[in-house]
Amino acid sequence: MNKRRPYVRPMDGWWRKNPFFVEYMVHEGTALFVAAYAAILLTGLVRLSQGEAAWNAWLSALKNPWYVGFHLLALAAIAYHTYTWFKIMPRTMPPVVVGGQRLPAWAITGSGLAVAAAASAALLGLVWGLVR
Amino acid sequence: MKQRTLKRSNAPIFWALFGAGGMLSALFGPMLVFITGIAVPLAVVLPADTMSYPHMLAFAQNIIGKGFIFAIIALFLWHAAHRIFHSLHDIGIHAGTGAKLLCYGLAMLGTLIAAYALLAIGF
Amino acid sequence: MSEKQKIIEIEVLRYHPEKDKEPHKQVFEVPFTDDMSVLQGVQYIKDYLDGSLSFRWSCRMAICGSCGMMINGEPSLSCQTFLRDYYPARVRVEALSHFPIERDLVINMEGFIEKLESIQPYIIPRETRTLAQGEYLQTPEQLDAYEQFSSCINCLLCYAACPQFGLNSNFIGPAATALLHRYNVDSRDGGKSQRMELINSEEGVFNCTAVGYCSEVCPKHVDPANAVNQNKTNSAADYFLRFLTPKGGAK
Repeated sequence: MNKRRPYVRPMDGWWRKNPFFVEYMVHEGTALFVAAYAAILLTGLVRLSQGEAAWNAWLSALKNPWYVGFHLLALAAIAYHTYTWFKIMPRTMPPVVVGGQRLPAWAITGSGLAVAAAASAALLGLVWGLVR
Repeated sequence: MKQRTLKRSNAPIFWALFGAGGMLSALFGPMLVFITGIAVPLAVVLPADTMSYPHMLAFAQNIIGKGFIFAIIALFLWHAAHRIFHSLHDIGIHAGTGAKLLCYGLAMLGTLIAAYALLAIGF
Repeated sequence: MSEKQKIIEIEVLRYHPEKDKEPHKQVFEVPFTDDMSVLQGVQYIKDYLDGSLSFRWSCRMAICGSCGMMINGEPSLSCQTFLRDYYPARVRVEALSHFPIERDLVINMEGFIEKLESIQPYIIPRETRTLAQGEYLQTPEQLDAYEQFSSCINCLLCYAACPQFGLNSNFIGPAATALLHRYNVDSRDGGKSQRMELINSEEGVFNCTAVGYCSEVCPKHVDPANAVNQNKTNSAADYFLRFLTPKGGAK
């Protein structure tokens, strides 16, 4: 008779057992805020298609402190998503060779964050320019 | 060596949408939330009429504006759906096809509603 | 050595397949010196405290890849992890996560060996050359494309770091994908389309959710996460462009 009886350990709660995994679950969790924010925008778009009164009702609903509170949380969560998105990027993209040297991880993450900052500034500037 | 039959995964479709939405939300997400959720409702930083009906209607009727709105809403939804689907698997809810249909189905529904509303707004 | 002998507690997850229903903890008090690795601590237990303790080891210098263990919950080579870094606290030692425990700290790695075979880890020549034609030449740039991925010592720390492998052991996983990538990007190799079939499959790279811990724990800086994620891009390109290419992409 075979005396072997390999024991398979359960995976329950694996994400709580290592700080690295806790952080992973937190940055995966930012998706909940992305989904909720997209749902709010989608509602706004539908209200916009229904005419001025419907649009203004949606717009004034956003002044509700609960909504403002949610958007503050969403801002923090999605900004964290931005940070983690570019932080993992050196691991997810093919190596970038500049002048015969591989771009170090910090340079890739830094460039990504710089582009995000520039995109944010451009978006704000564009909105400002369009409505002024 | 064991002979196995390998089934091609359809994940590239969802992965590509996830990646596109992830990049878009990383680049523009925080500022968009700030503009639509904080600056405009509280009338700080930006003029009070930034998102007035005439402004937003003109934006949604413009072809570039339409494209931007559609990309933001649809890709944010697909990004989130993909992550949430995987997170369900991560926390031990291996609902398989059911979870897949729910996550990606909602993203698809949102995409269709956004497309319909943008067409209804006209050009 | 006038100082008092230091003693550290080592908690080992024991499992004896013939006696135990499930693993249990056992604590040993081990006298140690500052130059002692966790592996040496475990060897002390086997030599002086309990000869039945089972574990794998060989080179003691982070080359052979045999002595991987979970040390305080982190996948580590026990030969290059030192007891002094845990003292005076207790150090917890357990078999590598996500693998079946054969006995004590020994895991069952049959699944990995099968994966290793399935990636065809050898050069499938792009062009056949006769001996008279001489060797295959390669530039330093061509070497650089795969060199880091060839440093893998099959220690399996990356699998113990990968929750997606833990949740689905069919996933080809970090090390096997890194080695697969090593051959795919070798300028002498022409076997990429054969190997892509595995990458593209439901057992392939899309099981990965870019946790990235595999690359953190790798003792040889192979960066398996990079190999896996580069192949998501390769696989997606193959998926979408296969209708455009005359060969129709990988099967």
